[in-house]
Amino acid sequence: MTKYKRVLVYGYGNPGRQDDGLGAAFISKMETWIVNNPGIRINLDCNYQLNIEDAEVISEMDLVIFVDASQEEIEGFTFTRVDASSAKVEFSMHAVSPAFVLDLCKKMFHDAPVTYLLHIKGISWDFKEELTKTAEENLEKAFAFLTNEILKGDLLAIETN
Amino acid sequence: MLKKITIEPVTRVEGHGKVTIHMDDKGNITQSRLHIVEFRGFERFVQGRPYWEAPVLVQRLCGICPVSHHLAAAKALDVIVGAGTGHGLTATGEKMRRLMHYGQFFQSHALHFFHLSSPDFLFGVDGDPAIRNIIGVALTYPDLAVQGVMMRKFGQEIIRATAGKKIHGTGAIPGGINKNLSIAERDEFLKGADPLNADKMVEWAEGALDFFKNYYAANKDFVDNFAHFPSNHLSLVRKDGALDLYHGVLRAVDTEGKKILHDIDYQEYADYIEEEVRSWSYMKFPYLKEYGKEKGWYRVGPLARLNTAEFIPTPLAQREFEIYKALTNGKPNNHCMHMHYARLIETLHAAEMIRELLNDPDLLGNDLVVKGTKQKEGVGLIEAPRGTLFHHYRINDDDQIVMANLIVSTTNNNEPMNRSVNFVAKAVMTGKEEITEGMMNSVEVAIRAYDPCLSCATHALGKMPLEITLVDQDNNIIDRKRSH
Repeated sequence: MTKYKRVLVYGYGNPGRQDDGLGAAFISKMETWIVNNPGIRINLDCNYQLNIEDAEVISEMDLVIFVDASQEEIEGFTFTRVDASSAKVEFSMHAVSPAFVLDLCKKMFHDAPVTYLLHIKGISWDFKEELTKTAEENLEKAFAFLTNEILKGDLLAIETN
Repeated sequence: MLKKITIEPVTRVEGHGKVTIHMDDKGNITQSRLHIVEFRGFERFVQGRPYWEAPVLVQRLCGICPVSHHLAAAKALDVIVGAGTGHGLTATGEKMRRLMHYGQFFQSHALHFFHLSSPDFLFGVDGDPAIRNIIGVALTYPDLAVQGVMMRKFGQEIIRATAGKKIHGTGAIPGGINKNLSIAERDEFLKGADPLNADKMVEWAEGALDFFKNYYAANKDFVDNFAHFPSNHLSLVRKDGALDLYHGVLRAVDTEGKKILHDIDYQEYADYIEEEVRSWSYMKFPYLKEYGKEKGWYRVGPLARLNTAEFIPTPLAQREFEIYKALTNGKPNNHCMHMHYARLIETLHAAEMIRELLNDPDLLGNDLVVKGTKQKEGVGLIEAPRGTLFHHYRINDDDQIVMANLIVSTTNNNEPMNRSVNFVAKAVMTGKEEITEGMMNSVEVAIRAYDPCLSCATHALGKMPLEITLVDQDNNIIDRKRSH
């Protein structure tokens, strides 16, 4: 059953800061995966960080999956529903959270997509343009999880051609 | 008993800053300092890398201002590849870069005004923090919030069209640019459906300026007197004195408007500008050598630029500039909160420049790159939205970068930000036993006026929350407040 027609997978983080590049690396893998699975209709986007204009971007979607590196004590990765009510207002607004983007989308456009955050555990944040081995492994696990969910068509019942 | 109040941003990795406010046992503020723990690893990071990688590499420095670093690095490398400075590029090369730069200015200034500053104006500095934010603006003034988002989006789309993509943009390369603008891209920006077209952006920029002018008329005392103190001002200006955000000569004026740095070639900046290290902050304190540490510090950014420039070369912004200058009888404007006013005049100027450039056929040209005799050293300066940004590189015979020195806008504003915090702390915290949310926001308002990018200054990973701690003379914590 198709639930979602307009789907966006959005990775963010700074690839120049080692494992902070997990979001961008994930999108790069997704690009290849979509080429090899031409029936899957998914939009991809990538940026250094989320900001307010992303509220307008996601307002045009039915399902959004944000992908970010995590410093939290998690095992490999987590996949959680984003709750707009947990949005916090940042001091600088130079970067905002998925919950903030979702909340702003709801307030401005009076509608919002179903939104998830795929949080992938990172280890090191130095000035390097490569992921650590552990982050690479976590990336593979997270990628396998999400693509499997998409292909199963259960949780993420995405429209296909 | 001497008390100390600390305001501390907590970042995701190593970069962070804090404000420490010392109070004696009579409640008098004796000292205030803005500490920013600056991580200088980036200059080391680029050492050993081929010079032509720098314009892409430096975007990793800050996810907030990648375009400014991209262009400043490219300008420095123009010198190294023998293309000269500024006007040495082809018309297409220079104008594509300018379009990228004005797109960055437009979106950055719009973000600051609509989503950082307007909540304070709409709800009051001491308004209910539950609604004194962009979410509150979206609920109470939805049209204004949407305008801010769409202005930001328009600027981002300009960047995407000129830099190639939002992340890892490669538009500017040493000696020029790697793409022109297609006719389809140009037409989309000029004639696209409302609101995403240049005419609407100019209209909205005028509207934002009117909004601030109305606010100013009703709150003149606050806007004129909040953190008002004299300073020197420094920026690039065009050789004829016009406001030029992309290229020019380096000029500084004192608080009376007298030139104290006389339109120098910025390749020689190191002869005129020194950076002082203070034990309590990792962020350096730049100053004009000739005037010393005490008298040579300066402001950069919108306020400074409208103090150094003699006119603005676009008609609508020039009209507003004349009104703005009349407020101080043509003298330099030293009102901290007028930075918002100046920023909005620049926003209008950026919108006008974008429209003007989009109508310029040179953007569609194919002559993209020039090269000359290679040099071993180059300096690139640009007026970033937050102020003057310096990139300085030296290479070896193997084309590897052996030295990099960056002075980011926020570092240039280090001393004035410290003074603003001190001014506000004395005004709102003297004699107080407890930090109220309103007091904390007053300090934040003073810092925010400069639109500091702690990410640039500290090379942190985006998040920059803020914390205030009240400490006595024995460093015991009396009170602590934190915003995210």
